[in-house]
Amino acid sequence: MKPVSIVEGRCVPLDRSDVDTYQIIPSDWLKRVERTGFGRGLFSEWRDDPDFVLNHQEYVGATILLAGPRFGTGSSREHAVWALMDYGFEAIIAPSFGDIFSNNSSKQGLVIVALDASDVDELNALVKRNPSLLVVVDVEHLRVEVPEAGWQRSFDLDPMTRQRLLNGWDDIGITMRREDAITRYEALSVAPTLDGIFDDAGHAR
Amino acid sequence: MGRTLFEKIWDEHVVVAPEGEPTLLYVDLHLVHEVTSPQAFDGLRLNGRGVRRPDRTLATADHNVPTDPISVPIKDPISRRQLEVLEENCEQFGITLFPRGHENQGIVHVIGPELGVTQPGMTIVCGDSHTSTHGAFGSLAFGIGTSEVEHVLATQTLPQQRAKSMSVSVEGTTPPGVSAKDIALAIVGRLGTGGGTGHVIEYRGEAIRNLSMEGRMTVCNMSIEAGARAGLVAVDDTTIDYLRGRPGVPDGEAFEEAASRWRAFTSDPDAVFDAEVTLNAADLTPFVTWGTNPAQVVALDGAVPHLDSIGDADQREATERALTYMGLEPGTPVRDISVDVVFIGSCTNSRIEDLRAAAEVARGHQVSSHVRALVVPGSHRVKKQAEEEGLDQVFLQAGFEWREPGCSMCLGMNPDTLNPGQRCASTSNRNFEGRQGRGGRTHLVSPVVAAATAIKGRFAAPNELSE
Repeated sequence: MKPVSIVEGRCVPLDRSDVDTYQIIPSDWLKRVERTGFGRGLFSEWRDDPDFVLNHQEYVGATILLAGPRFGTGSSREHAVWALMDYGFEAIIAPSFGDIFSNNSSKQGLVIVALDASDVDELNALVKRNPSLLVVVDVEHLRVEVPEAGWQRSFDLDPMTRQRLLNGWDDIGITMRREDAITRYEALSVAPTLDGIFDDAGHAR
Repeated sequence: MGRTLFEKIWDEHVVVAPEGEPTLLYVDLHLVHEVTSPQAFDGLRLNGRGVRRPDRTLATADHNVPTDPISVPIKDPISRRQLEVLEENCEQFGITLFPRGHENQGIVHVIGPELGVTQPGMTIVCGDSHTSTHGAFGSLAFGIGTSEVEHVLATQTLPQQRAKSMSVSVEGTTPPGVSAKDIALAIVGRLGTGGGTGHVIEYRGEAIRNLSMEGRMTVCNMSIEAGARAGLVAVDDTTIDYLRGRPGVPDGEAFEEAASRWRAFTSDPDAVFDAEVTLNAADLTPFVTWGTNPAQVVALDGAVPHLDSIGDADQREATERALTYMGLEPGTPVRDISVDVVFIGSCTNSRIEDLRAAAEVARGHQVSSHVRALVVPGSHRVKKQAEEEGLDQVFLQAGFEWREPGCSMCLGMNPDTLNPGQRCASTSNRNFEGRQGRGGRTHLVSPVVAAATAIKGRFAAPNELSE
């Protein structure tokens, strides 16, 4: 993945809680076997509504999404992350996130910023008052800033996720350096394999 | 200090635990389906990597498959292509696959247990959030995304931060008419959609111990609806009796040896959990969801909530939004809500016991004239067994459709979908906006409530049906 140290851009206030991964990208889009082109499906059940915030002219081109608590709950579909990134989002700010969604985001370089609900409300009010405000998410220093408003908050990220984002590390490459340890583990494992259960046609023997 | 069941399984699967980095955890079984795997296989090819352990990887087609008879070709070219790609990938990397129509094909979380490849003490992953289902066997099972699918294919391991542990204890015995699904809905309602985030839940207490394996799978299945990636139930005689004789387990002496090893997969009496929640089984009743997330539950005897009963402004707004989407008036008694469609199926409730319970309710009755009712067995094995028991005939005579196995109307990725505005009583796991089809309105219920509702044409309990 591409390294990311700073995300700088305008911010869209989504103003909704419990946005599950189905709302982010409906199941119909999951039939595709490609990894690109999911941006068109982002929030597609809401985007038909001209009043939906993503359709507001002042938010076109924004790179940061601001949402309510429990963003990205539900299905494990990484397509949700692909859709957000393909649309142009580089960071999501919310009070809390679904576990699998945060994990998936960290593998793709989408920055997940959890702030206290009251801080999210403050930021929400700031960008609603002035949609052209520049918001900065600083992965190096774990800070969210609105320089023009003199507003600044810090956030947590586990050290490994931060390192991976900053360096653009590929998880599989890191794990493969531990191949010897995996092989040693396998030699001692008693967990059964599928060997001998099914014949070549997949029928149980 | 004693260890929890979760800690025991975790400790056995640590490959390395480097200071300041996530633990590298070994994966004993990787289940694969057509939706979350194609981009992972592409990633392997792009980087010149192989599948490390095809003998620990098992694939099936489930999300996309139509539930029409196998002789009907798949009309949607994108769905058809995704199923073909799964076949090509399994062929190329030497992975056992159960394609559409195969005798072992079915929903991934139904076939693992019924084939006996899901076993106590294992680590199991799948690119599907309902992988938590397999935790019913005392195995640590959780859903992963496509990048992680690729990681497991390449290395048979996953870097993981250790989750916290939560005990959810359901004490006492459940009243008659209360099923495993009602226990699951009660727990999600209690914890909320985020209450289990960052935790692995162990379900305990007399009401859980009294459940069959099918019932325990239903409860563990919905762990993710409370935000927990995994749910667990300790191993006991029920677990071992279920596994005996299944294709994936050894016979005779070897089975008894395995069983005595499996029995260790329980929490020690002095184990300490990071969080504990207790529910009283006697308080449980049949539940129905009224809103657009699975924590929005109400008793079948109850009514759609009033807005003025909600103090928090954000909550009130979310409730209002949900009620508008669902087309419901606050205060409406649940029993006054009529439905257009009834769906009995999904990885939550499509096993033989679920079908037996629903058939018992449907026997001798007729589906309401304005309702379309579908029964979709979770797998070909479930379907075959149900047909041997004559359940298909019970359903067909009552006016239900009896369909081929698959995920079906749980998630709107195949031809079984709701039309905009249609209201469905569904035994599945998610009532999200549009989940069963754009504009569709989903109410989650147990199999017996679903069957009674199909007959009455409105939400109903089995005891409301006249003889």
